[in-house]
Amino acid sequence: MAQFKVNGQSRTFDGDPEMPLLWYLRDILGLTGTKFGCGMGLCGACTVLQNGKAIRSCQKQMGSVAGLEIMTIEGISAHGPIGVQKAWAEVNVPQCGYCQPGQIMQAVSLLSSKPKPTDEDIDDGMSGNICRCGTYQRIRAAIHQAAKETA
Amino acid sequence: MITVEKPDIGEVSVENASRRNFLQGMLSAGAFVLCVGKSSLLAKAVGEGATVTSLSNVSGTVVSVDAAVFHPGVFLGIQPDGVVWIVAHRTEMGNGVRTSLPRILADELDADWSRVKVIQGDGDEKYGSQDTDGSHSVREFFDTMREAGATARLMLIRAAAEQWGVPESQCVADPVHIVSDKASGRKLGYGELAALAAKQPIPKKEEIKLKSPQEWRYIGKPAPGYDVTEVCAGKPLFGMDVRVDGMLYAAIAHPPVLGGKVKSVDDSATLKVAGVKRTLPIDPFTPPHAFQPLGGVAVIADNTWSAFKGRKQLKIDWDNGANASYTSADYKKQLQETARQPGKAVFSSGDPDAAFTKGKIFEAEYFAPHLAHASMEPPVAVADVQGDKVTVWSPTQNPVGVREEVAKALGLKKEDVTCHVTFLGGGFGRKSKPDYAVEAAVLSKKTGKPVKVVWSREDDIKFDYYHSVAAMYIKTALDDKSMPQAWLQRSVFPPIGSTFDKTATYGSAGEMSLGWDVIPFDVPNFRSENGQAVAHVRIGWLRSVANIYHAFAVQSFANELAYNANRDPYDYLLALIGPGQTIAGPKQPPEVAEKYPYDTKRLRHVAELAATKANWGKRKSGNGWGMGIAVHRSFLTYVATVVEVEVDGSGSIRIPNVYTAVDAGIVANPEMVRSQFEGAAVFGTSIARTGEITATNGVIDQSNFSDYPVARMNDAPVHVDVQIVESIAPPAGVGEPGVPPYVPALCNAIYAATGKRVRELPLSRNGFS
Repeated sequence: MAQFKVNGQSRTFDGDPEMPLLWYLRDILGLTGTKFGCGMGLCGACTVLQNGKAIRSCQKQMGSVAGLEIMTIEGISAHGPIGVQKAWAEVNVPQCGYCQPGQIMQAVSLLSSKPKPTDEDIDDGMSGNICRCGTYQRIRAAIHQAAKETA
Repeated sequence: MITVEKPDIGEVSVENASRRNFLQGMLSAGAFVLCVGKSSLLAKAVGEGATVTSLSNVSGTVVSVDAAVFHPGVFLGIQPDGVVWIVAHRTEMGNGVRTSLPRILADELDADWSRVKVIQGDGDEKYGSQDTDGSHSVREFFDTMREAGATARLMLIRAAAEQWGVPESQCVADPVHIVSDKASGRKLGYGELAALAAKQPIPKKEEIKLKSPQEWRYIGKPAPGYDVTEVCAGKPLFGMDVRVDGMLYAAIAHPPVLGGKVKSVDDSATLKVAGVKRTLPIDPFTPPHAFQPLGGVAVIADNTWSAFKGRKQLKIDWDNGANASYTSADYKKQLQETARQPGKAVFSSGDPDAAFTKGKIFEAEYFAPHLAHASMEPPVAVADVQGDKVTVWSPTQNPVGVREEVAKALGLKKEDVTCHVTFLGGGFGRKSKPDYAVEAAVLSKKTGKPVKVVWSREDDIKFDYYHSVAAMYIKTALDDKSMPQAWLQRSVFPPIGSTFDKTATYGSAGEMSLGWDVIPFDVPNFRSENGQAVAHVRIGWLRSVANIYHAFAVQSFANELAYNANRDPYDYLLALIGPGQTIAGPKQPPEVAEKYPYDTKRLRHVAELAATKANWGKRKSGNGWGMGIAVHRSFLTYVATVVEVEVDGSGSIRIPNVYTAVDAGIVANPEMVRSQFEGAAVFGTSIARTGEITATNGVIDQSNFSDYPVARMNDAPVHVDVQIVESIAPPAGVGEPGVPPYVPALCNAIYAATGKRVRELPLSRNGFS
């Protein structure tokens, strides 16, 4: 039986090892902030942190989560909005908002490895996350703002 | 932000029936709405046995009841604590409508926006149109929202005057959320006045005084999205997030070809998949398909993944039916051939036949393929059928349509179906079509449990209501200054009407009005035509609809004319528009014709604004750099767009800047308008660069973002500048008008940069990436 942590809480799982982490989070734990967009790791809507690094939860099978620490959008929001989320709100990034939890998780991961990202760093780091409403310009601005405020 | 604690139904004050009967029309009954968690009220509303477990913040929990102490109409209520509830009756899908419409009401009410709770309205005719498409939310409800707010304000003022025993004229709603007695300085808050105001008769319309634009406190002022904090926290707001106790999950194997049927199914492997409960057939539709389910085989499971996995194990033998003959490459040739032949006249002015006997002929053909909506949230819905009552939670642009279609499919009355509207993870027109909600209802009836139908991305792209493919032909007769004296244009596309009438082959007047029946140019002799096309896939409306291909053709052609004349494309475009005139066209409904004349002065003005901001003409185009311009009026809004491109030797495109100017009349929230036009540039980039749906033997060739790519951050425009014309003209659309001029402006920029003319979309078919 696999043991792992989700948002700091210990969890076990003994179901279908092929079940993607995405559907475990959404349907079993009810953590629906992690979104389903493509099921193929192409859009980034399902992005969560695995030991602090962004991964696509639709590509992570439950058979391989033992010992991992998974953080979802609910986890980072547990004590109110963090800097990235505040920047997102200040820049008024979201339109429909469906992709934004994934975008935010990706941005958190990016900023943890590059606290002062350039435009190019942001393009490189964020281009796996699709926003169909087209909020990219504001995402870029919000990441710069978050970087500035945490400096 | 949108959650309310309690309510204890025992404390809710309900207005008596006679009062409700008294309130008619815009201010009709059923005024108030509560947002509740696991309350008895909700349990009652959703039927026995279906307790919603994780919807504390979701619009799906909303129940409309006559529960406010003061509720003068269907759109608002005020409670004794001073909280003002405003119903958002139209759909939030990134359009900002949960912010813009309530702020219009709050403005006339002189309410403190920080004390407003926005509540999502269920599907209900009492609100008027809830079809959130066609960019008409603000346009259609601007006056209604203002009158609703002003009515309540007047009743609050009268209540205060009565309480103080002073003339009404002595009382003002000032500064905000308060009524003040100008003489004594006494004040009563809206909450304190709620119960008294509820006793006031509803004022007659002529008694209501609307503010002048100078007095507006919210209208025209930028405001962030009402729900931005919840959205960024990943709260369960969307249709995909709805969870109901005891809910089953379904994935459906749809017929690969439109109109196909199941011949036989072997589900033995499916039933061995852990979590799979059973499989169930869904009947094929009876033509026309309209909003009916496509049919197929549903896999019912206790989670989404098991349903998907089980579906993969189905062995289905399909009868593909007549549309198996459809291959888009052959079909394209047919459309193009039809576009070369005379078609049905749509509109004409002057004497084009005579004019074409003179001058030099200049002509061109254009083509644009089918597109899929690909909203980030694929279609999804939860339905719970309890006897002859149905509750549906759906991301939908068309909640009354959900009720009608579910009722029809289950043999019930519309009144038996409740539709809670969730947030939409994008809509773009796809979620105007409630087929997926009907699927959930059909399966809930068959299983006796609440059922959530989840479409995968592959389902979404392979079984869409596609934006139409179109072939277009334009011919002009040019005078000795290379200006057109006669203009003929013909477009051919399988019409949206084919979805509702299997014999429909011509575009409707509505589709023709989307950028084709007239042109905004000063050309004395003109004719527009339309040719026939038979549909082989479901045709629907996608953001901006036929304007996309029509503007692509007309605005590309205008650019070709400029180069033909050896003139600067912007100067030539202004010459085509001329000094400005009111364009005559097919007869419009009087409310449109009078309020929204087609005034090309406004189009010229936005062209000038965009070109000036872009520093048009300051740098010489060529050698892989260029600017393109296009103008278009759609949804009654005038837009000009300049796109700047860099194209490298391998054909790779970079878009450093886009300059857009917009005249949409009065705008409710310029911040949202800006967002819509920024997004439209990205949406347009997706269309132009790679947007293409094709079919082979009736089967759609694309399936996911791998083969139907959409713009990512690294290929989207880097910077989109949006100028909004200050105007007191009546409000027009903003969600869609940004897309149509963007695509030709980009293609025109590519021509300026490379000398390569794009007449067939997408760019990926022209050696660009």
